[in-house]
Amino acid sequence: MKVAVVGAGPAGVRAVERLVAAGLSPVWIDEAPDGGGRIYQRPPVGLARDARTLYGFEAKRATSVHDTLDALKPKVDWRPETLVWHIRPEARTLNTLSRGRQAEVAYDAAILCTGAMDRVIPVPGWTRPGVTTLGAAQIALKTQGCGIGRRVAFLGTGPLLWLVAYQYAKAGAEVVAVLDTTSFATKMRAAPGLMLGGMTFAKGLYYTAWLRRRGIRIAEGVTPIAIDGDDNGVTAIAWRDAAGREHRAECDAAGIGWGLKPEAQLADLARVPFRHDPVQANWVPVRDGAGRTPVAGIYLAGDGAGIGGAEVAEIAGARAALALLADAGHRIDPIETVTLDGRLAMQARFRAALERAFPFPAHLARGIADDTLLCRCEGLRAGELRAAARAEAATGPATEVNRAKSFTRVGMGRCQGRVCGAAAAEVLAAELGCDVVATGRLRGQPPVKPIPIPAPVSAP
Amino acid sequence: MTTDCDVLIQGGGGAGCSAALHLAQRGVRVILLERGLVGSQASGVNYGGVRQQGRNPAELPIAKRSRELWGRLKDIAGTDAEFTVTGHLKLARNDEEEADLVAYLDVAKQYELPLRLVGRNSIHQEYPWLGPKVVAGSFAPEDGAANPRLLSPALANAARAAGADIREHAEVVAHAHDGTRFHLRTTKGEEFTAPVLLNMAGFWGGKVAEAFGEPVPIEPLNPNMLVTEPIRYFIEPNLGVVGGNVYLRQIPRGNVILGGGHGESDPSVPWSRPMPDVSVRAMELAVELVPAIAGAQVIRSWSGIDGRMPDRIPVIGPSRTTPGLFHAFGFSGHGFQLGPAIGAIMTELVLDGRTDIPLEAFRIDRFGTTAA
Repeated sequence: MKVAVVGAGPAGVRAVERLVAAGLSPVWIDEAPDGGGRIYQRPPVGLARDARTLYGFEAKRATSVHDTLDALKPKVDWRPETLVWHIRPEARTLNTLSRGRQAEVAYDAAILCTGAMDRVIPVPGWTRPGVTTLGAAQIALKTQGCGIGRRVAFLGTGPLLWLVAYQYAKAGAEVVAVLDTTSFATKMRAAPGLMLGGMTFAKGLYYTAWLRRRGIRIAEGVTPIAIDGDDNGVTAIAWRDAAGREHRAECDAAGIGWGLKPEAQLADLARVPFRHDPVQANWVPVRDGAGRTPVAGIYLAGDGAGIGGAEVAEIAGARAALALLADAGHRIDPIETVTLDGRLAMQARFRAALERAFPFPAHLARGIADDTLLCRCEGLRAGELRAAARAEAATGPATEVNRAKSFTRVGMGRCQGRVCGAAAAEVLAAELGCDVVATGRLRGQPPVKPIPIPAPVSAP
Repeated sequence: MTTDCDVLIQGGGGAGCSAALHLAQRGVRVILLERGLVGSQASGVNYGGVRQQGRNPAELPIAKRSRELWGRLKDIAGTDAEFTVTGHLKLARNDEEEADLVAYLDVAKQYELPLRLVGRNSIHQEYPWLGPKVVAGSFAPEDGAANPRLLSPALANAARAAGADIREHAEVVAHAHDGTRFHLRTTKGEEFTAPVLLNMAGFWGGKVAEAFGEPVPIEPLNPNMLVTEPIRYFIEPNLGVVGGNVYLRQIPRGNVILGGGHGESDPSVPWSRPMPDVSVRAMELAVELVPAIAGAQVIRSWSGIDGRMPDRIPVIGPSRTTPGLFHAFGFSGHGFQLGPAIGAIMTELVLDGRTDIPLEAFRIDRFGTTAA
């Protein structure tokens, strides 16, 4: 049986571990040079530092994932630095690109563990050099041992906001402000549910307390005004507090992000249907609790199947592999599946509380000013999208996101709407006066990520 | 509920929307039924070539008339759909292909299509960015390109303003003719009736024709299209080759749009998608023509569903079985440029009973498959 696993983060590692234990030798494909996923991404050789410095509280988990990954490599067809850019579920083939070489991988079953990325709300100045997502700010620190600036502001909401701020301060950067768009009251309302998270919740409290203790400027319930700058990049960040007063802090870089969204393009190309998850405020691929999708041979695990975090990803990866094995006629331990299902159910309750504690601030996206750059790939401002939604547009109003993409090029560029898609949908929904779900979901198109035109074969 | 009108149009591509506009402008009560959104298939996802050069001679009178409408599109539809007169440069990569270019000069002369042969001595001087495989070209200065995503919606919007009733998400599932009137029923159970029906349903036009006893040998055609990230703007003309296995153009914002070969589709959904190996092949062929695009990142690819006839020209004209039925479908991958004129021509057929454009070559019974 030919099995392919896409992704070598926590979900992929635990999936492959189970498959190998069952005697299979899957093709294992990952974009990074040495796996680990975004969360446990490893520094390049020469920049190696100890796990405790790199991963903090997560050091034990990170080390375990890395050790398992390294032990599995010789037992599988390991293909690092490889992009899966297309999938044809009808033919059960994956198309890959690795260092300029195209290849086709046949599979009978595939587990897609494609991870997540930051969800962004454009604010004036968000495309200046020196502004990155929270995830990118964290990766710079983890893999390159450098920060995005010396005096850094963090803006957004979600656990990552506090974690990254903590990590930067701990690494010696000056954190000038941590600006959470979620109010303290909202978080407190979700606190009982968050208790379910045990250690995870405790860590969150620890980061916040640690930052406060060091006198770092913290504001909750803020409304972003702008990230200011000059030709050299970022100079300051401005916001309005809950009482409406304007504030400003000088900085040379800013990390922004409002939670995560699944990197589910491959599932989309695999023709897995999607549903809108109101708790996450994300479109997520349809799957059962074990990771089976309605598409024959396609299984999903990890954040790419719906945001759950690294701990959940490990469990879900193992669970998806067991589902695949059971479907293929392997005998699997029923106690193990019941145990994993129980852990996933408990984590799901915690996750729901976490999403309630840090809800996606749709109102901020809906209120993006007309002259703010919305789609950075195509240089489209929010006002241009709004104009396309109005009846007087020459093409008639764009009544859903793919139509808006068609008319205005929003989400049509290099990132295929990964970055601007969530905010664009809110802007469109507000202008049309409808719920964001009614504006639909940007359809994925191959390639999943850009692929270069090869050099001509014939010499001049 | 039954809705009555003068003319029913099935299919909201460029041709159907143009017909709705022209009919409405002449005071006709017209209803257009579109299964999805207007311009969703062949009209909306094609390469965007607005080209006369290289066409089957039978199509040239239509193409010429359409070119005139393209020039006035802003007045007609409220947008020029980014139509730009860049010229179309058709390239030869060997002696045989060059002979083909030379032969077409006679056709062009006969139809008064301005065309200039760029020979071996000057092709690389005039276009220094062309690859060494190119040996000659034929330049059509009046041709160009437009944004296919805008044409049908803009024509539909103009038609609405002129009084046409454009119904999207209206999939026709039953066709009948009672001797004087057509009766069409949609999936939602709505019924529409009119004495005239225009079948402009692209690939699915074959099904409509079949419903009225005149089946035709039509196949789905799925263009395999790619676009790169923006790079420095240097490819001004729209480029094609003899044989048509690759074509590419660059828009001033820098993106290179290229196509070649065919994707896959399931018209019953409808669903279509480019094929990965075909995409890679198209990149290889394109970079042979313009080596400087090597390394540009392809950011997106797509396909759609058109109808292809065995002789690669559409079916246009009255039904041979049913009075009041007129066809215009099966544009075989090059209907985008023709769309605006087709609407005008169909309007003349319906209201005047005649048109100046010769349509003999497009008769539906040319395949010998019509039931007796």
